[in-house]
Amino acid sequence: MAQSLRVWINGSEERISGVAPTTMLLDYLRASGRVGTKEGCAEGDCGACTVAVRGERGVQAVNSCIVPLGAVSNYEIVTAEGLVRNGVLHPVQEALARAGGSQCGYCTPGFVMSLFAAQYSGERGDGVLEGNLCRCTGYLPIREAARSPSAPAADDPYFTSTQPAEAADYSVGDEHFFSPRSLKGALELLSLHPGAKPIAGGTDVGVELNKVGRRNAVLVSLAGVPELRRLTETAAGLELGGALTLSELEARLGGRVPLLETMLRSFAARQIRNRATLAGNLATASPVGDLAPVLLACGARVKLVSLGGERTVALSDFFTGYRTTVQRPGELIASVTVPKPDAPRLEAVYKVGKRGADDISTVAAAFSLELKADKIVTSARLAYGGVAATPVRALEVEQFLIGRPWTERTAAEAAGRLRGLFTPLSDLRGSAEYRRALVGNLFEKFFYEHSAEVAA
Amino acid sequence: MSAGKPLPHESAAAHVQGTARYTDDQPRFAGMLSAWPVLAPYAHARITGLDTAPALTVPGVVSVLDYRDVPGENDSSAHKGDETLLPETHVMFHKQAVVWILAESDAAARTGAALVQISYEPLTPILSVEEAIARGSFHAAPQTLTRGDPEGAMNEAAYRLSGELFVGGQDHFYLETHVSWAVPEPDGSVHITSSTQHPSETQGVVANVLGVPAHQVTVTCLRMGGAFGGKESQAAPYAALAALAARKTGRPVRVRLRREHDMVLTGKRHPFWGCYEVGFSSEGLLGAVRLELYSDGGFSSDLSMPVMSRALFHADNAYFVPHLHVSGRVCKTHKVSQTAFRGFGGPQGMVFCEEIMDRVARHLGLAPEGVRARNFYRGNGETATTHYGQEIIDNRLGRVWHDVLKASDFAERKADVAAFNAGHPHTKRGLAVTPVKFGVSFNNTPMNQAGALVLIYLDGSVGLNHGGTEMGQGLYTKMLQVASSALGVPLAQFRTLPTATDKVPNTSPTAASSGADLNGQAVRSACETLKARLAGVAAKLLGLSAPEDLVFEGGVVYCRFQPSLRVLFIDVVRQAYLAQVPLFATGFYRTPNLHFNAETGKGRPFHYFAYGAAVSEVEVDGFTGEFRLRRVDIVEDAGASLNPLVDKGQIEGGFVQGMGWLTMEETLWDASGRFVTNAPSVYKIPTIADVPEDFNVTLLPRAAQEGVIYGSKAVGEPPLMLALSVREAIREAVSAFAPEVPRRVELALPATPEAILRAVDAVRTPTREPVPGD
Repeated sequence: MAQSLRVWINGSEERISGVAPTTMLLDYLRASGRVGTKEGCAEGDCGACTVAVRGERGVQAVNSCIVPLGAVSNYEIVTAEGLVRNGVLHPVQEALARAGGSQCGYCTPGFVMSLFAAQYSGERGDGVLEGNLCRCTGYLPIREAARSPSAPAADDPYFTSTQPAEAADYSVGDEHFFSPRSLKGALELLSLHPGAKPIAGGTDVGVELNKVGRRNAVLVSLAGVPELRRLTETAAGLELGGALTLSELEARLGGRVPLLETMLRSFAARQIRNRATLAGNLATASPVGDLAPVLLACGARVKLVSLGGERTVALSDFFTGYRTTVQRPGELIASVTVPKPDAPRLEAVYKVGKRGADDISTVAAAFSLELKADKIVTSARLAYGGVAATPVRALEVEQFLIGRPWTERTAAEAAGRLRGLFTPLSDLRGSAEYRRALVGNLFEKFFYEHSAEVAA
Repeated sequence: MSAGKPLPHESAAAHVQGTARYTDDQPRFAGMLSAWPVLAPYAHARITGLDTAPALTVPGVVSVLDYRDVPGENDSSAHKGDETLLPETHVMFHKQAVVWILAESDAAARTGAALVQISYEPLTPILSVEEAIARGSFHAAPQTLTRGDPEGAMNEAAYRLSGELFVGGQDHFYLETHVSWAVPEPDGSVHITSSTQHPSETQGVVANVLGVPAHQVTVTCLRMGGAFGGKESQAAPYAALAALAARKTGRPVRVRLRREHDMVLTGKRHPFWGCYEVGFSSEGLLGAVRLELYSDGGFSSDLSMPVMSRALFHADNAYFVPHLHVSGRVCKTHKVSQTAFRGFGGPQGMVFCEEIMDRVARHLGLAPEGVRARNFYRGNGETATTHYGQEIIDNRLGRVWHDVLKASDFAERKADVAAFNAGHPHTKRGLAVTPVKFGVSFNNTPMNQAGALVLIYLDGSVGLNHGGTEMGQGLYTKMLQVASSALGVPLAQFRTLPTATDKVPNTSPTAASSGADLNGQAVRSACETLKARLAGVAAKLLGLSAPEDLVFEGGVVYCRFQPSLRVLFIDVVRQAYLAQVPLFATGFYRTPNLHFNAETGKGRPFHYFAYGAAVSEVEVDGFTGEFRLRRVDIVEDAGASLNPLVDKGQIEGGFVQGMGWLTMEETLWDASGRFVTNAPSVYKIPTIADVPEDFNVTLLPRAAQEGVIYGSKAVGEPPLMLALSVREAIREAVSAFAPEVPRRVELALPATPEAILRAVDAVRTPTREPVPGD
């Protein structure tokens, strides 16, 4: 096991040793005197700690507060302090300063790094900044600054290493961060270390480490496992590797799974999507996970692998209860397959929260119907998050819809049944009464928004 | 002159590089200790046992801090005596910190904290305004303001309505949480660096807790990563803890709250509950208003009483109410001690006022904007005098109102909205305009004073000290502009030194929107003193007999009547030194002519009023209750703005923060008194996606205000209340879902999608119980 970890910080190579692999990148930066990067929440929700990294997936903005050091081995890391060259501000810094984009300035380095990283992806617009909270400005000057055109220089002075950005193992004492390069390697490590926790982007594990203060002695990273990072199109459908990040899915789906692509746009924010993975969002089995309802409506199947072999389960059989699944110890989610529909389907996805962007849903819904030419429903999948202990399908109402004409009356009747179908809880995101209303209302909204295209 | 120029924030370049230094960014001292709190699991309990010894077994844990370690007074309330710093007998709110663990690292302190054994006898907590009223749990006697004969006028009114409303709290969510560093000096003194809006009070609390004279404690504030009122009174406890720990261990100590601790340990905007009765004419003219307000103050009084005062002072917002009685009482509950938050009770008072205006308008079937305008303060004398007896001398309500209606194409867009609504059964738009009149000055008259200390060095560079703190509002930028303009020396020759109690003593907090007004005058006064001294020196150099004819400008001193007679500022400075003329001066300012008699409830508590008006347009989804803000137009009276770029930033930021409070930021406590919206994952402040592209801010032109620094006006708090237009626009959209024009639209606060959907469902249902008083 490697006792040291190599990174490049603002262009300088650095070998770290004796610092626990679960130490967060932010904490390391600040403890080593690079205090330009700030901690706002330590749970990936405010973006003050945003830095740009170049690793196996190119240049990305990430929340350094929830990225363990072990996950950035051989990465290049750039912070706001590192952008100034020969005393000259970087164009994104200049634009932000000139526009009045900083008031208290505490969130500013994070905004700078989100804008800086977006130059590399070419992403434009507010979406780049939805993961950065500012409490002072009202965002208008920041938005203005974000519009100033800026692109990486031809001879990029920021990312200079020629080393392969392949993660290496890193250990301190009995704390290990393994970065296996094969599925077999990952499975063997998990079997060898029964208490080991698999980690991909770490957007859940990182928050847990900060909040609970728990240190996992052994983490097994799936981020560099090639078998988990494939996207394969077959006659049966699209097989999505479990360790693909949500940003990668956004970039690579290319309109093939519109329902999923719509939901991805409102899933957390850019820094999280750059790290979070498909398998991670399912394995955590949150009742309000956003991708599960979508994939349920798609009729997705989950492939699980272990040293003993592999098995495939329907996603609708995957969740067994509150935060529990059929996944066994030592077993990983290899991929999720979204079947290719036999015929065009009428589909929509909705997410309702207290805030329009970067929020956890009160209720999420995904609907997928197949209609015969005479507008008779022949297949229906209605899936929800936030209304039960697990993401669920409204099986009874799906049955009710089959064979019925797709009319306002059918939709209203279905909505009525839907409102009585679940017994959601009241919590700080919404009352049970509101959730029940949404379960039906969203279906009616679906009809209303799509009835015109059916009529056409 | 640099005053009035739209200059970027003086730290903008440092902000974007990450080199602007905040308290916790200072180089770590050798041997510096971290602190971690042990939090109580009950909202109200008696402490029956305390064993901290197990924590000391953890490697790295150096010491613990509990009530036994306080050599002075165990209180952090600045002499109110109702805020125990380290509890000995009772826990007063859920997650109150009982003990702090001091260790070589955060991790060790945290591990140690988990081992501390505390036993409790749980007691019944009071967790809401309703419970507090029922059990008579209050912090002080009621405050009241009365004008005319509300009782009689109410009886004579053609129409009468009554109602009640709950207004929720708000977490400050400054991006930088509370933090203080304390360094013990060998002579027994202690130096504190604190993220505080009130260095002097922080100094006083620290001295009181340590039991030492104030001169033994120096408090410095480098800058804050946001504050919004949250660091006015509530920075002091953490400075005091750091100081106690430093004194006990002899080592430097940092107390920095993690976000999850900050959100459960520190006070928020006061939730309010209130009920009202209004009497009015068929034209919607207000005849009488009776308003009874209760705030949820939490466990200690903190700033709750002055917050309530400001709510009462602003219960009229912009409207002349001939007969008004408003009372307010602060409830004592087992929650964090609620505190100052931008607007300081003013926003809560205004919410009730605008609720009443909307009720009156809808009840009569009149356009709300018409009823609002009809009731504005107007003319002179009685109709231009507030319920606390202050005559409004320079009433600009008509001007901001006129300008904002025009800038927003209000009339035309109102028709567009109606047309849109007619064609969209499930989506409705709403357009609304609301005014703001906000009194500027501390309610507590003596606090309206400020000091400055200006130091000229022999190379002509100038060090600027004043009592104000920088929290992002641009005060340091404005003060540099004032100093540069007053002294006639280019901005680049100045440096603002960190605000510290050993430079300017006994300062008021940087609060009440008064930072630039008060400190600006003090800075100018110091500069004028220096200028007068230097003018004498310059006159001699130029061989002139009348120093008063000299002009200081751009680093040059010249004769007004013969500009070719000139000398460089630097040469004057050098000569002044040789002539043994002092090159430093203090400046002082007190706001003139303020008075208020609490017995009679009459006086002139405010130096002037800031005005503004906003038009908001929203679209509401009838299936989900979600809304989208489509467009905002604002006209704000910032006087002759000291810095239009900074002021625009305050206006936009204040509006968005107000919108967050009114629509998405929900503070919730569960049945055991636990604050459950305790992290950004569950407490939502606005993101960039909530702010419309179409957002237009205009500063009222030709608006210089007499008697204020360079004619400028306060702009820190007033714009927050412009966001009331968003709530009223939502209400307007909700009303459009009704089958026929509703005579009332109830909309809970904050107007979350759930609250909006409830409102939509209520107006959709045609048969409704008649409301009492209708």
